[in-house]
Amino acid sequence: MAKPASQHAGGHHDHEHGHHDLESLKTLGFWIFLMTDVIIFGCLFAVYVVLRNNTAGGPTAEELFKMPGVIAETFILLTSSFTSGLAVLMMHAGKKKALIGWLAVTAILGAAFITLEVTEFIDMVHEGATISTSGFLSGFFTLVGTHGLHVSIGLVWMVGLMIQLSKRGITPVTKRKVEVLSLYWHFLDVVWIFVLTVVYLMGVM
Amino acid sequence: MAQSTHSHGSHGHGHGHDGHEGGHGSLKSYVIGFLLSIVLTIIPLVVVMNDMMSKNGTIVLILILAVLQFAVQLWFFMHLKEGENAKWNIAALLFAVLILVVVVAGSIWIMAYNTVAH
Repeated sequence: MAKPASQHAGGHHDHEHGHHDLESLKTLGFWIFLMTDVIIFGCLFAVYVVLRNNTAGGPTAEELFKMPGVIAETFILLTSSFTSGLAVLMMHAGKKKALIGWLAVTAILGAAFITLEVTEFIDMVHEGATISTSGFLSGFFTLVGTHGLHVSIGLVWMVGLMIQLSKRGITPVTKRKVEVLSLYWHFLDVVWIFVLTVVYLMGVM
Repeated sequence: MAQSTHSHGSHGHGHGHDGHEGGHGSLKSYVIGFLLSIVLTIIPLVVVMNDMMSKNGTIVLILILAVLQFAVQLWFFMHLKEGENAKWNIAALLFAVLILVVVVAGSIWIMAYNTVAH
């Protein structure tokens, strides 16, 4: 089917070429999905911003948010965005083990992020701040929870891809999958930066 | 890193000096992106946690830094301008950002000035 990594731009493999075009079209399709996700998050941000002062006698952002945990989450996710980039680099270098290794590091960091976030949510619920407490908290849990759900789905996807890579190696198809997954992961990091800015930093200042 | 996309041949990837995937960055670009991201994250944290600026000034500053960080990730991590579909990627992104701004700014505006509901 396809030769490994290093042929040059020249179009001397017609079959390879058709395959490659299909994969790059799939990457474009995934990018368009990400852009629709931008719009979903945009709507959730709009809802949150509009409702953020409607605390209905419940706790306010300033009383509720604990920044040390949030700062830890931020740097964990930022680092995982970097390590997923390293995984892509290793893939282009044809190093399968290093690729899977960096994906594993990324997944562990992602799992740490989710653990911290779930712990934060549980603490908040114990303090009586649930999704039905106020408009502010409905907006908060929906927005931050949707992001956390994306990260969780990304984790399952990443583990699945690691298994597939170890079985099939680096092929044009698994290559495209890794590229698409890393786009997804960088995208989640970007969304988190806006969550940090709009929800947490603006909430505590 | 940055490549022009004007030399598309009939086969769709006439640019790209480094093989068939278009650009995919180097270790250097990832490290630069990572360092910039860290700096762009620490500045707003320090400013907000120490109450260093007025409220409105802080809001403007941290939003600008978040947008810059978005640009850094797009450029150094996602390699937005590279690859054979770069034009389409950017077109889709611009459209999404347009909708985003309309929805967010429109919602804030209409809820802030909606005197009928009061």
